[in-house]
Amino acid sequence: MSKIIKNDRIVDDTWQVLKLAEGETAETVALPATPSLLPLAVWLARKDEILASNASFGVWLESGEGPETLAGDLDHFALIGVNFPKFADGRSYSTARLLRERYNYRGEIRAIGDVLQDQLFYMKRCGIDAFAVRADKDIEAALAGLRDFSETYQAAVDQPQPLFRRRAA
Amino acid sequence: MYRYDSIDQQIINERVAQYRGQIERNLAGTLSDDELRPLRLQNGLYIQRHGPMLRIAIPYGQLAAAQLRKLAEISRRYDRSIGHFTTRQNMQLNWPKFEETPEILGELATVEMHAVQTSGNCIRNITTDEFAGIAPDELTDPRPWCEVLRQWSTFHPEFAFLPRKFKIAVNAAAEDRAVIRAHDVGLEVIRDEAGELGVRVFAGGGLGRTPVIGKIVREFLPRKHLLSYLDALLRVYNRYGRRDNMYKARIKILVNALGVEEFSRQVEEEWSFLKDGPTTLTDDEFERIAAHFAPPAYETLPADNAAFLGAIASDKAFAAWVRRSVHAHKVSGYAAVTLSLKAPGAAPGDITDVQMEAVADLADRYSFGELRVSHEQNVVLTDVRKLDLYEVWKAARAHALATPNIGLLTDMICCPGGDLCALANARSIPIADAINKKFDDLDYIHDIGDISLNISGCMNSCGHHHVANIGILGVDKNSEEWYQITVGGQQGNTTTIGKVIGPSFYAEEVPQVIEALINVYLEQRTPSERFIDTFDRLGVEPFKERAYAGRDKRRPVKSANTVEETAHV
Ligand code: SF4
Repeated sequence: MSKIIKNDRIVDDTWQVLKLAEGETAETVALPATPSLLPLAVWLARKDEILASNASFGVWLESGEGPETLAGDLDHFALIGVNFPKFADGRSYSTARLLRERYNYRGEIRAIGDVLQDQLFYMKRCGIDAFAVRADKDIEAALAGLRDFSETYQAAVDQPQPLFRRRAA
Repeated sequence: MYRYDSIDQQIINERVAQYRGQIERNLAGTLSDDELRPLRLQNGLYIQRHGPMLRIAIPYGQLAAAQLRKLAEISRRYDRSIGHFTTRQNMQLNWPKFEETPEILGELATVEMHAVQTSGNCIRNITTDEFAGIAPDELTDPRPWCEVLRQWSTFHPEFAFLPRKFKIAVNAAAEDRAVIRAHDVGLEVIRDEAGELGVRVFAGGGLGRTPVIGKIVREFLPRKHLLSYLDALLRVYNRYGRRDNMYKARIKILVNALGVEEFSRQVEEEWSFLKDGPTTLTDDEFERIAAHFAPPAYETLPADNAAFLGAIASDKAFAAWVRRSVHAHKVSGYAAVTLSLKAPGAAPGDITDVQMEAVADLADRYSFGELRVSHEQNVVLTDVRKLDLYEVWKAARAHALATPNIGLLTDMICCPGGDLCALANARSIPIADAINKKFDDLDYIHDIGDISLNISGCMNSCGHHHVANIGILGVDKNSEEWYQITVGGQQGNTTTIGKVIGPSFYAEEVPQVIEALINVYLEQRTPSERFIDTFDRLGVEPFKERAYAGRDKRRPVKSANTVEETAHV
């Protein structure tokens, strides 16, 4: 079983991420029976079918997709994935904040893709609370990345008040 | 100036520890070079032509004497006793050892310094007017605004991996000395009709491959909304800026693609969700920060000082220096002094450890222990009593810091170029040196008068060549160094991109071409015209014509040196 970081701890995890292979389309791909994060396109194309099935599902967003198209559907998901195709692609930080701060999404937001120790702190600040650390990395070591800083200047999801509203005079 | 409290200090200390861990993991093989690259860049560490280069942040160009002494010590201990000031008011060390960089950052942290976000695709060091706080033409001191922005941008969790680098500059004076229109975001501090302080927001300016003058995206933004508005603007850029082509990834490309109206509209829409939220800047916080920049304990002095005037009358060399290097101050009896880092034979912007200590001593003795770095790569003492100027000049001269060429032809802005920078197409320091040799007569240079000449070793344009009256750009043609020349650029309120005069030149030709351009000016000028005024009146043609006149005769046989140099590029 694979492991992820969730709520600051390492836990076992059974969720799979469905990606469309070459030649597959959102309309025709087989829906997995095991708990899976589905591509946004699959969700948009087959909402009714997915809702009628018994399988556990969530949706994952590619870095360029943004949360807008999901805004009305968030109640259906206990889990949303945000992808980092490369760790230097920072769009999913904005996606995560929007999900939390604009759309008040309260379920799990999981970072998937190129998820590495040195970005975990920023991800957490943006409202991501589960981290599928890249499989070849030491997840125990990566956990330390959540604690790189004990204080921060800006308002963000983990601390909605900027430092200047909290600093003792 | 701003001093850290325990929280600021703790954040910087934790940054050092984080970086130390990253370097250790890289050396241990658990963090690959590719994974380390963006991390080290956000700590100022480049891997250059000859090895690492460390870019140390000097937020908005302000330094305390003790910090400059620490830089001197670091340059001696970890480098070759020399530092280089950049057009972003930072300092680069060109010869540190990779393994020692965590130590250097640790040393810097002891004097409230760091190398945070001096590179990488993130919000970079904020820059401003080197005369901030003392300029007679300023509306208010821009430094508190800069410090507010520094804290907001430091480890901003959402904007650490932008499409590309993001540079912000602030100006609060009548004359823009911070080149705000050539920045990703330029902020001009103004008052609205009701007298409230805020900023006019320019976006999408930038030099580089596609030089663009920033456009106004908001006419007036009240101070309290500064951070929430920038959060919105950066979010639009982070989400929609291009990431498929690094040459099209700067915000200027997005602003142009959308059109400034549509870009502004998207920012306003995003902002409507963030406005008046917790990020709204409080007056208390602004005042807390502004208190750090309270004016020093100035004496009450007459505007003029007899000894000073006497020295000008009796000492021609001093008078020449005063004319170029001494600037007006808003307080009677005081002046600001630019110490030139453009002495003939020195690489522009370079400063030795001994000079750093000398400048620190001058600051302590004569300028309340503080100094500034200018984007023109000089050092400024902002608060010198006029009666001390003669002493300051003598001390500065003893350390080759008093070349009376500020604002003149040899006060060149020049990037490190191909001698040091891995990205360079051509060398720039030897060009500066050759120009210095050609124009070695100070009287002649004074006669030419106000002019800017900037050199960049490649399209990244660190040397701001686009906004110089004469710009020189290194280009690579078939692995040979060539130089493209632009004329007519300007910084300031009338920021203008210079025009390319035509095909590029060999290095050996450049000084003669500069001379040809200068000659057109000297022959055609009216008594009151600066170089740029004559250019604006005549247009590019006469300059172009003269630059290429007799070119075939000038064109040298390809030198052995050129061939040798191309071998390892
Ligand atoms: S302009 Fe080019 S050569 Fe010069 S410092 Fe910048 S990147 Fe290097």
